[in-house]
Amino acid sequence: MNALRLPRSPKVLLGAGILLFFIIMTVIGPLLAPDDPSATSFAPNLTPSAHHWLGTTSLGQDIFSQLLVGARATMVVALLAGLVATVLSMTIGITAGYFGGVSDDGLTLLSNVFLALPGLPLLIVIDSYLPVGSRSNAFVIGLIISLTGWAWGARVLRAQTMSLRNRDFVEAARIIGEKRYRIMFSEIAPNLLPILASSLLFTVLYSIGAYVTLAYIGLTSTSVWNWGTMLYWAQSNNAPLSGEWYWFVPPGICIALVGTGLALLNFGIDEFINPRLRAAGLTSRQRRALGLPRRVRLGLTPVLRTGATKKTVSAPSRAVSP
Amino acid sequence: MRMIARRIGLYVLTAWVAITVNFMLPRLMPGNPIQNMIGKLQGQVTAQEMNAIRLSFGGDTNHGLITQYFTYITQMFHGNLGISITLGASVSSILRESVPWTVGLIGISTVLSFVIGTFCGAMLGWTRGSRFDSLIPTATFFQAVPYFFLGTVMLLVFGSHLHLFPVLGAYSANVTPGWNWAFVGDVIRYGELPVISIVLSSIAGWMLGMRNMMITMIGEDFVLMAVAKGLPRRKVIMHAARNAVLPSIANLSLAIGLVVSGALLVELVFNYPGVGDLLLQAVLNEDYPLIQGIFLVITLTVLAANLIADFIYLALDPRTRTEAAL
Repeated sequence: MNALRLPRSPKVLLGAGILLFFIIMTVIGPLLAPDDPSATSFAPNLTPSAHHWLGTTSLGQDIFSQLLVGARATMVVALLAGLVATVLSMTIGITAGYFGGVSDDGLTLLSNVFLALPGLPLLIVIDSYLPVGSRSNAFVIGLIISLTGWAWGARVLRAQTMSLRNRDFVEAARIIGEKRYRIMFSEIAPNLLPILASSLLFTVLYSIGAYVTLAYIGLTSTSVWNWGTMLYWAQSNNAPLSGEWYWFVPPGICIALVGTGLALLNFGIDEFINPRLRAAGLTSRQRRALGLPRRVRLGLTPVLRTGATKKTVSAPSRAVSP
Repeated sequence: MRMIARRIGLYVLTAWVAITVNFMLPRLMPGNPIQNMIGKLQGQVTAQEMNAIRLSFGGDTNHGLITQYFTYITQMFHGNLGISITLGASVSSILRESVPWTVGLIGISTVLSFVIGTFCGAMLGWTRGSRFDSLIPTATFFQAVPYFFLGTVMLLVFGSHLHLFPVLGAYSANVTPGWNWAFVGDVIRYGELPVISIVLSSIAGWMLGMRNMMITMIGEDFVLMAVAKGLPRRKVIMHAARNAVLPSIANLSLAIGLVVSGALLVELVFNYPGVGDLLLQAVLNEDYPLIQGIFLVITLTVLAANLIADFIYLALDPRTRTEAAL
């Protein structure tokens, strides 16, 4: 993480920790699951116990196993959709920003149209026409989600590319006679890395939400286990109203935790892009340790040169305060 | 003026894309979903209705695609969105009943969420580094929770267990809908919990955006100047906040689409008689005319809301009127 010079704030560490946990769950979760998630071999509606950590469904399925197995589908689709959407937004955003002119106008118009179209209703319309076979295909669902999720990233990347386009190093590469796509992807793209990372985190976050929602309203195959289908079955068996919290709360919490992890990590990237936010997040005790005034209410928020923990600080730049 | 014309142009184009998606999708999809639908309907509807459905979904093989397309658009401009195959009524009459509920619910929640979130964000930016900063991870958590899940939990805890709020539906059975106090009061009582859950899940974005802009703004000279002049603190904060809020307002038009997507599901959880509930039923029953109609109406409403947000932005920030920067 040091190599990326990500700030080591507690927020970032917490976010990375949460994500790591769920990535491990994605990889080994299905192997750890004690039972077959679809097997209806137990007594129905059991409350949590040593045998069934999260109880059983009204069909007698083990909920804990469903949670572990469901992690994989949820995370894989979200990651796939996030990656595809980021590649799309990168290609479109950088192309539009670099070339300008007619291609910029066209691509900007395209992304504006996709931004203005409400994503979820569009997803539902497309998905409702899919044949049942494709609905259980994680790849198809991921692609459709990425189709509705790329526009915001493209817009941000375009703006940044436009500001980089006329910098000296790009000019130099152009004079040497580098090919266009090389300038775009080897010269400009690396400078967009923080923005790309942040846009990837956001699209993954969006994709989880979209996938889970589609599953929740029954638009993906209800026999493929993911956290959304768990909520679907819980809802259609009235688990919330009959007080079976152990059925519908765990998948919801998992979704929320993954989302929180992604967002916390994104704070780190924000603080990396805008160092002023780094100092802004310090508590008064950390400020004292850094030799900063207790409250910098006015004037420039100081830019910290190193990470925010006490020991790694060498020499904080002087706070400018009135 | 050029700015406004460009925005309107964009929204008209987007509306056209939505209409075209509606037209093309059933004709492009593999597995012929429409044939399935018609097969299921055999014997349930009159031959005339069947013919109408077939025509609007591309079963019309006598004419080319282009002719079908123009017929489709003409029908649309006459407000004819087809007939719902499960409810038996025309799609536009069904939507006329449910759209006001959704617009009211989402409109009120969006405004509340924006106002409260921006206010909290401004305060957080001003008192940065204080213990209130712990609000940020909390708010982020609430934002990461799917809207419908938060709605479900709130329904369970505050509705069915603590009985603090009435649950399910938009008004109780013993009042007559109309402009009377009993009904309006009832609608407000029933709307509280859905509104609270939408506000809770959408507030974090506004809060964080405002906080970060505020931190940047406080570094500006004009804020220092305001303090140097000896203005009271309240006025200084207002001064900085007025400038910091602009990006939030610029984002308002984009956020509306997201809030709508989430709120549709909140309606579902609370059995609110709006479009969200309708959409779910339509999806489950493969009622394609209704799905299309809902998609179109949602899109047009979102676009109209976007346009209003753009107007507000143009009115507030004189720079956009000259630069055409949007």
